[in-house]
Amino acid sequence: MIQRVKVGMADLNTVISPGILITLGLGSCVGIALYDGQVKIAGLAHIMLPYSNLIKNNENKAKFADTAILQLVEDMIALGAKKERLRAKLAGGAQMFTFNDRDSNLLKIGERNVIASLETLSKLNIPVVAQDTGGNYGRTVELYADTGDFLIKTIGHGTKYI
Amino acid sequence: MTFLDGIYLDALKEVGNIGAGTAATSLSKLLNRKVNMNVPEIKILSFNEVETVVGGAEKLVAGIYLEFVGDIQGTILYILDRDSADNLLRFLIPNYCVNSQSGFSTIESSALREVGNILASAYLGSLSTFTGLSVKPSVPALAYDMAGAILSVPLIEFGQIGEQAFFIETIFIDGLDRIKGNFFLIPNIDSYPIILKSLGVIK
Repeated sequence: MIQRVKVGMADLNTVISPGILITLGLGSCVGIALYDGQVKIAGLAHIMLPYSNLIKNNENKAKFADTAILQLVEDMIALGAKKERLRAKLAGGAQMFTFNDRDSNLLKIGERNVIASLETLSKLNIPVVAQDTGGNYGRTVELYADTGDFLIKTIGHGTKYI
Repeated sequence: MTFLDGIYLDALKEVGNIGAGTAATSLSKLLNRKVNMNVPEIKILSFNEVETVVGGAEKLVAGIYLEFVGDIQGTILYILDRDSADNLLRFLIPNYCVNSQSGFSTIESSALREVGNILASAYLGSLSTFTGLSVKPSVPALAYDMAGAILSVPLIEFGQIGEQAFFIETIFIDGLDRIKGNFFLIPNIDSYPIILKSLGVIK
């Protein structure tokens, strides 16, 4: 039986092939998928906020883009992945609500989460090979350790692999 | 201490109780019929438990969101499952016909936003009375999508403070119809000391 591992909010996990990592209902949060295709090891983080140093209460590393990515890379290396071989895919970072009459900085947190994820990955020299971010709708994602495929399901905005 | 402890929590519970009472009265006026209410239930849950109260992260729900400004600032989200939203709309719109596969029409969205506005005003009014602080709500925005995605908006706000979410489950009853909603009122991080000061908890 194929192992299906659920990743909660402010959570991260890793699997080896043929495992599948799943996170449900990403809104402004971002799902960061990392994959080493040679050893078929996959990692998925579901982050809520951009940078840990902007927040006083930052013990939970999986909550922030910067610390979650570092932790995920470390966990994958411990399983046998190589940092140079890692490739990243991103999903989520939506703006769920929009005011007709004005902009809201609070509501742009999804965009800031995507930027922080990209910046952190770039610092670690991990290439981002695909991205399905932004918009105003939720996404459920599944990452397949066998192929590195990242399945994105929405309500009313289609289903696709990236 | 965390923000959700002790006197602050007791105060917010009281704000929730009074707010829900005012909300039921306002709803009765809007619907022109008597709306009863269960005693509001205060929930304190970890982020991953919150979705269970609305039936799971992928359940379709309606969310009404607004922000408030004034002496303190923050956000409000009222989240309703589809059945509850349909029950509400049946009262508000003559000949309302349920089509749960689709989103809401312009007039339905507008009716739901108005309800969000009324509830938010009731809770904010209660908060003002309790703390003596003045607050003003924005125009509400509406979304209809996966519960997890809509909940990410208030949970991210809570995520800046700690690991738990605090909200009020409110059930309005009209005959056999129930309107079950969950109400999140989240002051921003800089507003907590102001609220605590107004309550006499800190000098």
